[in-house]
Amino acid sequence: MSLFGFAFKPRRARTAQTARDRLQLLLAHERLGSSSAPDFLPQLQNDLLEVIRKYVAVDDDGVEIVMQREDAMSSLEINIELPSESAPKGAAG
Amino acid sequence: MTTGLKEEQPLGRIVVITSGKGGVGKTTSAAAISAGLAQLGHKTVVIDFDVGLRNLDMIMGCERRVVFDFINVIQGDARLKQALIKDKRLDTLYILPTSQTRDKDALTKEGVEAVLNELKEEFDYIICDSPAGIERGAQLAMYFADEAVVVTNPEVSSVRDSDRVLGLLASKTKRAESSDEPVRATVLLTRHDQARIDQGEMMNVDDVLEILAVPLLGIIPESTAVLRASNVGTPVTLEEPSNAGRAYHDAVARLTGAEVEMRIGSERRPGLFQRLFGRTA
Repeated sequence: MSLFGFAFKPRRARTAQTARDRLQLLLAHERLGSSSAPDFLPQLQNDLLEVIRKYVAVDDDGVEIVMQREDAMSSLEINIELPSESAPKGAAG
Repeated sequence: MTTGLKEEQPLGRIVVITSGKGGVGKTTSAAAISAGLAQLGHKTVVIDFDVGLRNLDMIMGCERRVVFDFINVIQGDARLKQALIKDKRLDTLYILPTSQTRDKDALTKEGVEAVLNELKEEFDYIICDSPAGIERGAQLAMYFADEAVVVTNPEVSSVRDSDRVLGLLASKTKRAESSDEPVRATVLLTRHDQARIDQGEMMNVDDVLEILAVPLLGIIPESTAVLRASNVGTPVTLEEPSNAGRAYHDAVARLTGAEVEMRIGSERRPGLFQRLFGRTA
């Protein structure tokens, strides 16, 4: 790549990484769906959201649950995304 | 080199070219792989399973020679020998076109099995060009397969559909239902664009393989040669040398069990500055 080419390179986000991450998350869900998947995941997600909301204001899609099953072990991964300036609700009161 | 002349038992290996998603290059790949196998001297037949949307005949350049088709044979209206079209370029290559007027319900499991069994007696490789989707036509194309080539673009919907198809190969095939070895599935990554990968705009080979977790059969670069070849009805492996053609030849060699180093061909179009200063760069 020439020196000039570099200067004109658009400063865009590297979307390939996003594609990869989205697929990995999605397929972890879908592969479960085709085997005997526990279908309590959506309910668990709702319940968690409710509990967390008692203390922190989180978005509807702020809780993400991924279950991965492998031969030896399974794991349940829970990601909770907190808003940037989350003041605890009623903590002072 | 022609195995057909010898009296030995042909290999009789059934390979399905499938993907789930449409437009990723199944028919292009089926044509290129079949022609590549035939060039190596393997007696090869390629079957169009896309009933109602016949296209393999055009890609192979034999659309005006279709008299009887796969469905006629299944329904007993023609003999297999009458429906098989012998390629004009390679005497080891045959095409079994499908019907343009019927629909996929005309395919029956028993009918497909009978035709495949008859072909196994005579051919080394039987390439099944699957329709898109995961309905009846696609399921029957993969059901009797020994091997599967899952054609995938480095793009989210294609990878997702490939994953689904890999699931079906592992559960809804004859080999899956019996205690035989499972269908040997590989990924053929098509429309690969190294320039876009370098810019972080396209998932790379490792990304796709990590997600799908099956071995790689080959990497076909995005190439203008593919459209040119389809324009004139010539499989890209029989056209004048191109990056895509070379990549298909490598994939074909791997399909026959040869060890060929994986190389990434690319068709880099020079940028403005590279064109201006091309000689000094």
